[in-house]
Amino acid sequence: MALHKPYLDIPGTTIFDAERARQGYHLNSFCMALMKADNRARFKAGERAYLDEWPMSEEQKQAVLARDYNRMIALGGNIYFLAKIFSSDGLSFQYAAATMTGMSQQAYAQMMLDGGRSPEGNRYIGEKR
Amino acid sequence: MARITAGVATSHIPAIGAAIDQGRTREPYWAPVFAGYEFSRRWIAAQQPDVVFLVYNDHASAFSLDLVPTFAIGCAERFAPADEGWGPRPVPEVQGHAELAGHIAQSLIQSDFDLTVVNRMDVDHGLTVPLSLMFGQPPAWPCRVIPFAVNVVLYPPPSGMRCFRLGHALRQAIGSFDADLKVQVWGTGGMSHQLQGPRAGLINKAFDQQFLDRLIEEPEGLAQLPHVDYMREAGSEGIELVMWLIMRGALAPRVRTVHRFYHVPASNTAVGHLILENPP
Repeated sequence: MALHKPYLDIPGTTIFDAERARQGYHLNSFCMALMKADNRARFKAGERAYLDEWPMSEEQKQAVLARDYNRMIALGGNIYFLAKIFSSDGLSFQYAAATMTGMSQQAYAQMMLDGGRSPEGNRYIGEKR
Repeated sequence: MARITAGVATSHIPAIGAAIDQGRTREPYWAPVFAGYEFSRRWIAAQQPDVVFLVYNDHASAFSLDLVPTFAIGCAERFAPADEGWGPRPVPEVQGHAELAGHIAQSLIQSDFDLTVVNRMDVDHGLTVPLSLMFGQPPAWPCRVIPFAVNVVLYPPPSGMRCFRLGHALRQAIGSFDADLKVQVWGTGGMSHQLQGPRAGLINKAFDQQFLDRLIEEPEGLAQLPHVDYMREAGSEGIELVMWLIMRGALAPRVRTVHRFYHVPASNTAVGHLILENPP
């Protein structure tokens, strides 16, 4: 019997469950390696070559090269692991969060100052706002 | 005998740690956050706990996907601040309490909570930011700390009820330790926040306020809240709030609320903070 996954209908949200973790194991392991300064230096010196040392899918590598965080998450990346990439780029969590929403960092920061994104209309896929 | 005197709940947002470390706590953005902890700093200076049992989650710092323990107890003598990619936070090393931690591990496992025992572990912002918020920037932390890491990164985390019941077992464990120690239990993380995907930035003040009310007044009912309700209502990372139920479960059924604070935003997150005292 299939597992019950009641979280699949939350809009704009990917829950990092066993299936995602299996799909993203090597992508997330690559991210983890960026915790070490030597690996960060090698990655920055040649991103493609460094990525090719990891048994990741071509799609995953392209998503990393493009810094497409939504795509990385769709391919099994977890945000706490992906944080190692934007930290290595010298960018903040708020910057990364903004890029995933399609907003400018300034507009996103203002939304947070105004109380954040409302849950109204954001609980279920297809829900009327 | 050791006794639990109080519980503390607080968010553990990394940007708060950066603001402290960089001396930016008086900036207009941050001042309202730190104002919410001024009472707490005075309170804890008067309390002087011997040990803090600190419930937090690791954020892909000590634990990669190679090893994902649901509940991990730090039994070492000391724990170094983790390098999370930009160098370790400039905070003191954390002194553990190996004897009490070992006692708790044995007691909890005998109460059917199958902990992972950790003797070497760096501790990330999840643990050090709450210490900074409560103690400021001392040259050494003024008490021992037992790190207790809960998996909330790989779904599913433990249920709220599992956490609440673990708190009950923790109360028994600490109460049976034969030394005159004042112990506090801290639950950290939350409140509502989502860090990923097009829905990032979600904040739910109504959910957060109700969570605070119910944690104080009817934690047993709150413990029945399913995971999906946290994720849908409080954001995918709002699920961290299950950790607060360990703290609440470790306290008496009726507690005294001595401090309550809530603020939006800190970076991507709603900040929540409670101090609850056990009856004497």
